[in-house]
Parts: sequence; C-alpha cells; structure tokens
Amino acid sequence: MNAATITVNVIALAALLWALSKDRSKTKQALRVAVRSFLGMLPMVLTIIILIGVLLGFVTPQIIQNLLGEESGFFGILTAALIGAVMHIPSLIAFPLAASLLEGGAAVGTVAGFIASLTMIGVLTFPVEVRELGVKMTIMRNGFGFLFAIAIALVMGVLL
Amino acid sequence: MIAGILIYLFPDNRARAVDTSLRFFYEMISILPAIVVLIGLFAVFVPKQMVANYLGHASGVKGFLLAIFLGALPTGPLYVAFPLAAAMLKKGARVANMIVFLTAWACIKLPQEMVELQFMGLKFTLLRFSLTAAAAVLMGLLTERLMKTAENTQESA
Repeated sequence: MNAATITVNVIALAALLWALSKDRSKTKQALRVAVRSFLGMLPMVLTIIILIGVLLGFVTPQIIQNLLGEESGFFGILTAALIGAVMHIPSLIAFPLAASLLEGGAAVGTVAGFIASLTMIGVLTFPVEVRELGVKMTIMRNGFGFLFAIAIALVMGVLL
Repeated sequence: MIAGILIYLFPDNRARAVDTSLRFFYEMISILPAIVVLIGLFAVFVPKQMVANYLGHASGVKGFLLAIFLGALPTGPLYVAFPLAAAMLKKGARVANMIVFLTAWACIKLPQEMVELQFMGLKFTLLRFSLTAAAAVLMGLLTERLMKTAENTQESA
C-alpha cells in the first residue's frame, strides 16, 4: 500500500459514505455505474498488465541504460522519447534509473526527454484511452505529448 | 497470445515478466474499484452546472489551475484517469482542461515529484515542473482548437 493507493481509497470511501447519508437510491444507482465501468475496463486493463509484464521482462533497466548512455544531442533525445513512449515504468524505478543514467554520463536533455515521454505517453494504454476519449483526442494528446516531451528536453538540455 | 508465445520461447525472462505483471495487477486491483466508485458517484451526484462552471469554457485560468491540482493529487496510473476525464467531459468540462488534467496526472503527481526531487535534485525538478505545466496548457488549447476545427469541417462536409 503506497500513499497514492491509500489516498484514493480514503477519498472514495468518504465520498461513498457522504452519498449514502444524502440519498440511498441515488447511491445505489452510482454503484451500478461503478460496477458497469469496472467490468467494462477490466478485460483491457488485464491485457495491458500482461503486456507490460512481458515488455519489462525483456527490456531491463540495464538495456535502457546501454541505449541511452551513449547517445546525446538531438538524436539522443529522440531515442529517449521513443523508448519513454513505449515503456511503462513506475516512477519509483524510473527516477533512480534516470539518476543513474546521468551519473553514467547521459546528457540532461536525454534524461529529461525520457522522463517526460515516459510519464506522458503510453503506447500500451492506447486501447483504454481510445475507448474512453475517442481516437481523435488520443492521437492529439499523445502526438502533442511527444512533441512537447522533446521540446521540454531541448530546453532543459540548454538551461541545465 | 503473443505474450504467451514469447514467454514460452524465452523462459529466462519468465519470472521477471510474471513478477512485473503481478505487481501491476496488485496496483490496479487496489485502485480501480475506488476509481469506479468515484466515477459512479460523480456521474449521479455532481450537477452538470457545477462542472461547467469550474472546468467549462468560462472557467479560464482557474479552470487550468484546478485541472492541474486535480491531476497532481496522489492517485494512480494514467489509465484510470481516462474514464475520469471522459466522465467530466460528459458533464461539460472543456477539452483543454481535460488535456491539462491528464498531462498533470501523468507528469506532475505529488508523490512522483518527491521521488524526483530526491533523485534528480531541486533545479531539475522545478524546471521540469514549470515546463510541464506550461506545456500542459499549450497542449490543451492546441488539442481543443484542432478538435473543433475537425468537427466543423465534418459538419460542413
């Protein structure tokens, strides 16, 4: 149980209790919506979880380090953003990895681009995003996200 | 299925893959129920007018700030934010604010910032935070503009 899990569960529970005290039948209706959206998301989310597992099983932090340690300049940032877009690494692992990349001699811009696109873009979670928000918004969000990840990386590379 | 074949072919990576999947499964199962309860309550209880006021077109800068704040709350992985954003859109939130919300959710979560601060230092963290916040708003406005243009051309066609 980390802070995030606890926070979100406490908020949900508090909201649920508040709702129950206000209106029982509306709360029942809300829970029906909850069950429906849970069941709707589950198959896709399970698939994604398996894919993430396989991906991380093959692409170890060591491999990423090898790929990003040597490249620098714009090409380094591009590689970093591409890897970041495909990978799905929790921040507790991502930031130590980023720090060790820096120590290993990778450029600041490369590392910043990696983090920005890692967090902002999820190629693996496309199916969920399309289902909830539509194809158009998904493409735009991820497309702009990718461009801005590179822009942020370039700016940080110059400033730091 | 492809995953199954890969794992079968490369047994060396099996333990790692299964282990990672289980970790993400645990994360999902401890967060998703709470998120869908929130979505359900939001759908039934929160009046449309309120969402439109705080996150709709009239919300302006306050809307952006609220979207960043909501996104930065310590919650969960990005994929659980998609249905939340969809629910808010249905209730009258503007597209730009939802893009800001999603970007903030993805990039500037509070617990994540703590880890970043610890490993990357204050300068790196602050600079990335401010650049990301600015990029989020720009992305939001750009996406909103483009989605509108696309809708208009569809209508006139």
